[in-house]
Amino acid sequence: MDLVVAFLESTIRLSVPLLFAALGGLISERSGLANVALEGKLLISAFVGAAVAATTGNPWLALTAGVLSGALGGWIFGVLSVFTKADHIVVGIAFNMLVAGIIPTVCRAMFGGTGGTPQLAIETRMPAPIAGDFTFFGAALLLCWMLHWGLRETKWGLRLKAAGDQPVALIVQGVNPNWIRVWAGALAGACVGFGGIDLSMVQGSGYIRDMAGGRGFIALAALILGGWRPVPTAIACLVFAAADATQMLLQGQKLFGFNVPNSLVQIVPYLVTIGVLALRFGGKGMLAPKAINQPINP
Amino acid sequence: MAIRNLLSKKGLGLFVVAGVLVLAAAGCTKKSDGSSGESSGGASGEKANGGEGLTIGLVLDKGGKDDKSFNSAAVAGATRAAKEFGIKVKDVESPDDAAFEPAMRTFAERGIPLVLAVGFAQADALKKVAPSFPNTHFAIVDAVVDAPNVASLMFEEQEGSYLVGYLAGLATKTGKVGFIGGMDVAMIRRFLMAYEAGVKAANPKATVFNGFVGITSSAWANPTRGRELALSQMSQGADVLFHAAGASGMGVFDAVETDRKKATYAIGVDSNQNGIKPGRVLTSMLKRVDNAVYEIIKSEVEKKFAGGPRSFGLKDKGIDYAVDDHNRELVAPYTEKLEKVREDIVAGKILVPDFYKTKEKK
Repeated sequence: MDLVVAFLESTIRLSVPLLFAALGGLISERSGLANVALEGKLLISAFVGAAVAATTGNPWLALTAGVLSGALGGWIFGVLSVFTKADHIVVGIAFNMLVAGIIPTVCRAMFGGTGGTPQLAIETRMPAPIAGDFTFFGAALLLCWMLHWGLRETKWGLRLKAAGDQPVALIVQGVNPNWIRVWAGALAGACVGFGGIDLSMVQGSGYIRDMAGGRGFIALAALILGGWRPVPTAIACLVFAAADATQMLLQGQKLFGFNVPNSLVQIVPYLVTIGVLALRFGGKGMLAPKAINQPINP
Repeated sequence: MAIRNLLSKKGLGLFVVAGVLVLAAAGCTKKSDGSSGESSGGASGEKANGGEGLTIGLVLDKGGKDDKSFNSAAVAGATRAAKEFGIKVKDVESPDDAAFEPAMRTFAERGIPLVLAVGFAQADALKKVAPSFPNTHFAIVDAVVDAPNVASLMFEEQEGSYLVGYLAGLATKTGKVGFIGGMDVAMIRRFLMAYEAGVKAANPKATVFNGFVGITSSAWANPTRGRELALSQMSQGADVLFHAAGASGMGVFDAVETDRKKATYAIGVDSNQNGIKPGRVLTSMLKRVDNAVYEIIKSEVEKKFAGGPRSFGLKDKGIDYAVDDHNRELVAPYTEKLEKVREDIVAGKILVPDFYKTKEKK
């Protein structure tokens, strides 16, 4: 029983950064802005949050700064992708590389080392339980529901989807889909920002170089798996998190009397990813937004 | 598709993307520029033997010079030697495994007499480079490279792991302890095997949980997973957790700190980590990479450099456990027994299992 509780708690904690990143990515991609830069935005916000907390000692200020830095990163990414009419994927890769270079440089200037921010004392991290693991998880679910509802019921949601599927229809109405994409990029960055803060200030105690560890890309896989829809995307994130929690609980344990080799256990998440993706693409489902990664000339 | 887009839109997109890439590259270069040659005083590093003293080259591992553990220790040892002998130290951080070889070659081509490779990940690169520069001395930490001009600095990690395992076995109230490793490699298995043996020696009925953060080198920098593994072991009753996980170990300390019952303790690794969460860290297993690096530089300065493997262990304090103001009271009840075990290991009365050797037998 304890093991079940431990498993559920672990799944919840591991899912939070994935949920924020994937749902942020969803906003961006539904507007037609293909977003492989989720990893970079996770890192920016994790770093800015931890750096502000380390210098000011105020976690709430750090949360604000982290989320805003994610939004700014998303906005810049949007402008670069949309107005240069470049391939969003290429810009996204460049963005991730840029972040990987800039953070250690800034980090060195601020703290005298490229490896990360100093360790944050418990008072300067997000205070648990008010802003602990479960609050962030709840916020992520709320975001999921808001997107689920907002994409169907609000003018904002309809325009966002139109920018991704039929941008010409927006142009006819006199709305510039390019700016919708840019602001969707910024909003996406803000959402991803919560994921970054979760990494460095809720689950962690400071920024450590490359601490996102590929979660931005796993989130992207969840988004594709979820068919660019909020609820299935969230479920996909939970499946990935559960697979990861499983492998951690199984490590070093005896299973049916056998000592399972760790290396075998550790590929469980990857097997799940491949398996689920294969299942998904074997069946029918919603495909990508029709005009994703296509430049528009209004 | 991508390329067609770029070409058809008047090249503007291509131009801007190229600009971004250049910026990114500049960011990377700046990083390595900024972190290299700290103690050599910039441009003077160009002339390797131009100054009064020698210049020593330090190729650091992926963790970077301030990982608060392994690389930091190497830098500290080199800096100490630099001050004492009036020599210069140039260091370079490697962003990935592919960067080791060019870094070593660059140092050797500039005529730097001693190049230090920090970390087992550099062994393959050094195997290729060392024979090409027979007149350059090399030293590698944590791996054996068999060449006449290479000194291999090995640590008897198993001795220290056994000792802290023994302490964990004495200190546990639940009879369950844990181990969190970084990347699942033989060296960390060596820690685990001896740790388990140490725990069982103190408390034969104890259970030892173990978990590894991952199977790639990113496992050294994933504190979220380190914390998750620690929490998972704590939920199963473990109350002393030893980590050998680099920066991922920070997550282990975080997990221990937030334990509501305040009954869980962590054991640090490599450097003295007792101060990270004062009162919650039982001790740290010290691996004096700084001393080893210092010694090898000293031998170079005194023109006594000798190739071949060298090992540092409990007997020469190359391996030790940390006692300071943060944990003196915590370990006080156990020090007598621990010192006895230390003496027995040094005297050869206790044979600590060594993963490297058991592997060879199979």
